[in-house]
This record gives sequence, C-alpha cells and structure tokens, in this order.
Amino acid sequence: MSTFLQTLFVGLRLGSIYALVALGYTMVYGIIRLINFAHGDFIMVGGYTMIFTTPVMIALELPIWASVVFAILVCAIVGMSTELIAYRPVRKKGTSMSALITAIAVSLFLENLAQAIPQIGPNPKVANQIFSAGGIRIVDVTLDWTTMLTIGISVVVMVVLYQFTQKTRIGRAMRCVSEDKSASILMGINVNRTIVLTFAIGSGLAAIAALMYMAQYPKVYTTMGALLGLKAFVAAVLGGIGVIPGAMLGGFVIGLVESFTTSYVSSSMADTFVFLILIIVLILKPAGILGKNMGEKV
Amino acid sequence: MIKNRTAQGYLLNTLVIAALIVGFAILKNTFGKAGDFKLIFAPSIWQCCYLIILAASLNLTLGFLGQLSLGHCGFMAIGAYAAALLSLAAERAGIYEDKKGAAFILVLTGCILIAGILAAIVGLLVGVPALRLKGDYLAIITLGFGMIIVNIINNLPFAGQEGLALGSASSSLYKNGLGFGTTLKVTYIWVAIAVTLISLAMMFMFVRSKYGRAIRAIRDDEIAASASGINTSYYKVFTFAYSAFFAGVAGALYACANATLSTSSFAFANGGILNSTFVVVMVVLGGMGSLTGSVVAALIMFFVNYQIKNGVWVRALPVWLQNVFNFPMLVYAVILIIVIMFRPKGIFGTYELSLRNFISDIKHSRQLQLEQKQAKEEVRSNG
Amino acid sequence: MAETKRIPILETKKLGITFGGLVAVSDFNIQIYPGELVGLIGPNGAGKTTVFNLLTGVYKPTEGSVLLNGEVLNGKKTHQFVNAGIARTFQNIRLFRQMTVLENVLAAFTKDISYNMFDALFRTPKFWKTEKALHEKALDLLSIFHLEDKADSIASSLPYGQQRKLEITRALATNMKLLLLDEPAAGMNPTETAELLECINSIRNRFGIAILLIEHDMSLVMNICERIQVIDYGVTIAEGLPEEIAKNPKVIAAYLGE
Repeated sequence: MSTFLQTLFVGLRLGSIYALVALGYTMVYGIIRLINFAHGDFIMVGGYTMIFTTPVMIALELPIWASVVFAILVCAIVGMSTELIAYRPVRKKGTSMSALITAIAVSLFLENLAQAIPQIGPNPKVANQIFSAGGIRIVDVTLDWTTMLTIGISVVVMVVLYQFTQKTRIGRAMRCVSEDKSASILMGINVNRTIVLTFAIGSGLAAIAALMYMAQYPKVYTTMGALLGLKAFVAAVLGGIGVIPGAMLGGFVIGLVESFTTSYVSSSMADTFVFLILIIVLILKPAGILGKNMGEKV
Repeated sequence: MIKNRTAQGYLLNTLVIAALIVGFAILKNTFGKAGDFKLIFAPSIWQCCYLIILAASLNLTLGFLGQLSLGHCGFMAIGAYAAALLSLAAERAGIYEDKKGAAFILVLTGCILIAGILAAIVGLLVGVPALRLKGDYLAIITLGFGMIIVNIINNLPFAGQEGLALGSASSSLYKNGLGFGTTLKVTYIWVAIAVTLISLAMMFMFVRSKYGRAIRAIRDDEIAASASGINTSYYKVFTFAYSAFFAGVAGALYACANATLSTSSFAFANGGILNSTFVVVMVVLGGMGSLTGSVVAALIMFFVNYQIKNGVWVRALPVWLQNVFNFPMLVYAVILIIVIMFRPKGIFGTYELSLRNFISDIKHSRQLQLEQKQAKEEVRSNG
Repeated sequence: MAETKRIPILETKKLGITFGGLVAVSDFNIQIYPGELVGLIGPNGAGKTTVFNLLTGVYKPTEGSVLLNGEVLNGKKTHQFVNAGIARTFQNIRLFRQMTVLENVLAAFTKDISYNMFDALFRTPKFWKTEKALHEKALDLLSIFHLEDKADSIASSLPYGQQRKLEITRALATNMKLLLLDEPAAGMNPTETAELLECINSIRNRFGIAILLIEHDMSLVMNICERIQVIDYGVTIAEGLPEEIAKNPKVIAAYLGE
C-alpha cells in the first residue's frame, strides 16, 4: 500500500510537470502545426536562468522561487526569437517537413550552444533547495510540500490558461488562427503577432516547468530538456494535440505510467513503456484521447 | 534509345570506378606501410563508407518517399549488434580463427547480409503501424521506435551495457569478432568499399525503376498516387524496410570499424557524430531526393567533422571558436538551419550528378563555343 | 450500342455518406453503361465531389454500395478502385509536381508492371523490355493532348491548361473503363473549354470508355453529355436527357435559387 501511494504521488508530480511542458507543445502545435522540438530546451534555458539569478534573489532576501520571474522572461524572449529568426522564414518558404527539421536543428543548437558557453559547460550544476522540506503524512507515506505545490501550480496554470483561451480577446484570436489562418487575416487578426505571443506564453510555461523540475531534482544540465520534452510531447499527442485539457490528461497518464513502470517493472524499461503507449494510441486513435480527427480535404 | 544512353552511362561509371580502384590500389601500395595510410586514411575510409550508406539509405525514406524518420540509427544499431554477436558466435563455433582466410570472409559477408536482413525485418514491423501516420506524427513515432530499439538492446542480457560495451565480450569483439584493428582495416578495406558500391548500386536500381517512380509519386501527392492505382501503403512499408536494410548493413560496417559497441552511440541525439539527427543533416545537405548528393554530403560532413576535431588550423583560431568546435553538433545545427532556410530541398535538390550528363554538357558547351566563335569570325570576315 | 438489355459498368445503390450527423450525400443511384458520357451537375456545394470521393474509395460510404461490373467495391481502398477500372481527376489539380511529365504518366502504369525487385536490381531483359514498351506507350498517350514535346519538363512547370490535360492523360494510363472528370474545364476560357471537350469526346471514342463528368456550369455539358443527373444538397433532383434537364423546373429552381 505504501509503495502504491508513494508511486501514485510520484506519478502525479511527474505528470503535472509533463502536463505543463505538454501545454507549451500543444499551444505551438495548435497554432502553426509544428512540433517545436526546441521546447524541451526552453526548460533548460529556464533552469540556467534560475541558477544564475538565485544569488540576486538571496542578496535581495527574496524567496528563491521568485527567480522564476526572470526565467519566464528569458524563456519568452528565447521562444519569440526562435519563432522570428528560424521558424517564420522557413515556414514562409519551405514545406512542413523543412519546418520540422529546422525545429530539430534549433533544439540541437540550443543544447550545444549552452555546452559551448564556458559559464555553463557540459557538467551539471546543482540548484538550491526551492521549496521548504517536510509535508503531511498520509497513512505511512509523506506527501511533501514540493509534490503538493507542483501539482497545485500545474492545475492552477492549466485552468487559468484554459479560461484565457476561452474568454479573452487574445485567447480567441489564438483559437481563430489555429483553425484557419487566412480567415483570421480577413477577420482582422494579426496572425504573426498572435503566433509570436503563443510562443511567448508557451515558452513561459517551460520556465515554470523548469522551476517545478528543479524543486524535485535540484540539478540543471544542458540536455535536461531533451528527454523531458520528448515525453511531454508524447503526453500532448496522447491527450490530443491542440487541446488544453488533453495536455493535462496526457501528462498525468505519462507520469503515472512512468512511475508505476519504474517501481513495479524496471526503471530502464520506463521510457520503453511510455513510447509503447504512444504507439498504441497513435495507431488506435491517431488524434489522441481527446482530439478530433481531421482528414485531408480532397 | 533509353537503353543505349543508359548503357553508355553504366559503362562510363564502371570505367571510372575501376580507375578509382586501380588508383587507390597504387596509392595503398605506395603508402600502405607508412603510418598515414594505416592510421588515418584507412579508418577514415571505413567511416566514410558507413556514413555514405547511412545517408543514402535515409534519403530513400526522407527524400524519395518524403517521410521523415527519426529512428534510422535504431536500425543501424540492430545491424551493428547483429553482426557483432554473429561473428563472435561463429568464432566460438570454430568457423574461423585469426580473422583471415576464406572462412572468415564468408562469415564477414554473412554477418553483413544478416545484419541487413534483421534490420529490414524490424523495419517492416515498425513500418506497418508507423507508416499509417504522416508528417510530424510519423517523425515522433519513429523516434519512439528508435529509442525503444536501443532500450531493448540495452536490456538484452548478452548485448546490453554489460555485454558489448564493457567487460569481456567487448574486448572479445576486438580480439575475435568483427572489430578490426588498424592493420585489419587496411587488409579488409576492399570489403568496405565493395559493400558501399553494391549498396549504392542497389539503391540506384531501386530508385530508377517502378519502385522509385511510385514512391516519388507518393511523396508529391499521396492521394493522387493512390488515385493512379499505386498501392501506397505497400510501397511505403517496402521502402521503409528496404531503407532499414541498408541502415543495418551500415551498422555491420560500423561494428567492423569499431573495437567496442555501445548503444548510446545510436541514440537520437548525442554529442558524437553518429546519431539520427546527424544523418538527417547529411541528407538535407546533400539534397532530399538525390542519392549522389547524399554521397557528396556524407564525404563533406566527414571531412568537416574530421577537420574540426583534428585540423591543425583549428589551433590558430581564437579560443572561443575553438571552444565552439569542441561541440561539433553546434556547427552542424547552424549548417542545417542555414541550408534549410536558403535551399529547403538541400544543395543538390533532386538533381543527380551524372558523369554521362557531365561529359555531354562539356561537349555541348564546347560545341556552342565553337559555333559562337565561327559566328563571330563570319561576322568579322563579312564586316 | 446494342439496343438489347445492357449491363451497367458502374452502378450505385442507395449510396450515402454523413459527416458527423451532416448528410452530405444520400440515396444516390446512378447507372453508367459502357461508352456513355454522363454529366453530373449541380450548384456549388451540392455534393458532386463527395460523390466522386465515394466512387473512388477516398471516402467510405455510410450506406449503400458501389458496384463496378457487378463487383461490390465497398470497403476497398482507392488503389483497388483504380485496379477495378475507375480512374479520376481532381478539381484542384493534383500532379506529381516534382516529377517530369513522362514520369507522371509512367507512375500511373505502376500497377500493371509485372517485373519484380529482382528484375529491377539486376536489370534483366524483362525489365528493359517492359520499361521500353511503357515509354512508348506513355509518349503515345501524351500525344493525345500534344504533350509529347513536354515529356521531360517538370510537371509543375507546365501552364495551367496543360496541367489539366496531363492529369487526364495520367488517368488514362491506369487503363480504366470508367473515367471520372472533376470540373475539367474549371479556370479555362470558352475556346480552351471547347477544345478540351472535343478532346474528351475523342478519348471516349478511341478508348471506348465511359465518362462521368462533373460540371456546375450547365450550358457546358449540354452539348456533349448523353445523359445528365442533377444533384442538390446531396439528393438527386433530376435525371434524363440534356433537353429534358434544361426544361426541368426543379433544376431551374436549384440553379436560380428560390
């Protein structure tokens, strides 16, 4: 029982991180139909920003988690520049495949650039403890603050974002652009600005995910976002890409699958199970659990 | 008419390849004993060979079929491990000793073939479900399959991290199996070259037949292709498996050229030269839909990679640039972005280099020059 | 055509499809006899192209069936429809854009090429013989629309009118018995249209095939079609000879709107 509960908590915590990252993928994919491979690396950017701004926080006697504000800013800037410098020119000229290849290239670029910067380098950096230790005991398992905060923040962000896309003007513009770009232009929506804004929000979410990740694993390294991002993307596809509740659902499913495989089967098989689930879902229901099927118009 | 022109082309290519081989043999005999050939050229040729096969084979799916597969190195891993383990088994069974003689060459050929066939079978198993998806989804699912393959190899008791990468089996790959030392790399260099030439020829024949036409039709418009009677799923899966076959062959050559095998070298992206992304870089650089382009790109990328790591000129550069060169993937990422921005279909696009066309172009332009000259002279004499 | 009881080459029985509750086509019945030229007309959005997609397996019907020469084709894939003898063109031209004009036609021969991987790899006499014969056949087909000079041009470089013609040639290469043409004259001026329709007629006579033609411009099809079927909102509202259709009050109402 205690193993089960522990595994459940780990799964939910992991799942909420995946869900947040998946949200970034889903938003960008929804609007420009591109797997932003670099999204995982935005997490890394956020992580390092927090590492470098932590001393400032300490000097100002602010809580360390407040450095996430800087991380959000930096990530949003990096995300927007990626769109402006790399994705937009390629999208204008090439096919969807060249856009995808560009995304992979940007991801490689960010990872290796970070390694080439002497202050960062290839070796992991240790982060300060972000949330206070301790927690509540349930039966014989401790539910620590980090886990609770992680899940809590994730759910709050998710709800706020959902309301944002449904209720606000900008949110509606985003949904319009993802449905039909040319019609949006006719409706007077500034498509390019909407896309850039989506990148900013999506990348900002990656910074929050970085905070939550570091709260649990106080370590930052240049390839930290690669596998994390990949699994989060799997979560987004699983839930139905382009659908915000789908990202949440997919994130939790992947998190739980991973934690239960790790504790009941084998830790080295966890990734295999995650991808197996993706493959099965894609084959049975290519649009994902909550997604809508879209056929090609003939 | 087509037959004559094609026959000319074949003859020309055969002659040139023969000339290259003779020239190469002379070179080898001249420098064969000296250090440079043994320590630098021979290993480089091995590396070029498997890079060429790898790039050309991915081009079949990426350039000709138009489907982005990000798990190509997974098939290479299968080939590498299959060939390595088979050779070790053959040695243990006493089929060959000392890695020489007809028996060893037979084992070597067998290993390369079986490596390819195994990879093709897995390619078939992956392709049937995966190719029902398109574009981004296909990319992500093949990436997933690639990771699963590597993960499974890692967890095999006789092949995993404890099997070939470390410990006894690893040193026995070098001692008893396919892993060639520098001397053997020189001895069997013809194997690498022959395998590469045969593989390329097989890919060319494939592309220039009904198969090639069918898959390029699918790339250009899948709905129109099926409306023209092409069984799209059959040709897609077939091409995927065929391409996996050559990735497996490349893997077998990789196992020959390396003393140890480690699954981490076949991952999706890592610092090393051998990963699925690097292969994509080669294909895009060379041109999606040009096999000769892939060959040239593989050679260029090998050269760039070699120079970045070993070039003397690197030491003359400013420190920050040297630091950048410590992470070659950074350079490749920039190359990839620039190429795709300015030439979305790669440098050669779908253009194939051809000696026959080259020569006829020269003839043609010379004739043109002659005519122009004559015309000018006529004008002059008239004036 | 013999006056005895003829067997239809294509027959649909109560064919229909709904997209998530929206009825696109329902109770569609048509018989096409060998050598006939039938027009399928209707206002924009009437469901004409949907009918084509049902007749070529692009969409799976939610009710009814498609029969070709008495063989039920329900549930088959598009290429199997083509193998059975139905070929089509598309309203928005779909060519193999990066391939040459000749290759576009050659690609459509694929299903009839009997050489296998072995022949291709070793360039057997069978391979050469087949390829040579197909080259000639392809050039021959291209000459119908005077495209043989353009054989080595890239398909996407052709002017619009020739792209349409190439698409029809490619459909002819599938060796079909029934050709479905989806607004072949769209975007053409009256002279080009007249020339194209002339060509369509000559193709029919030369190959002895049946043709089903979609048009939304009624006057165009009046001259060449032997029979016309009119649909609106997915339902057949009239069928018969061109002159009957022209007088049919329902058709006039559908076109003029009420």
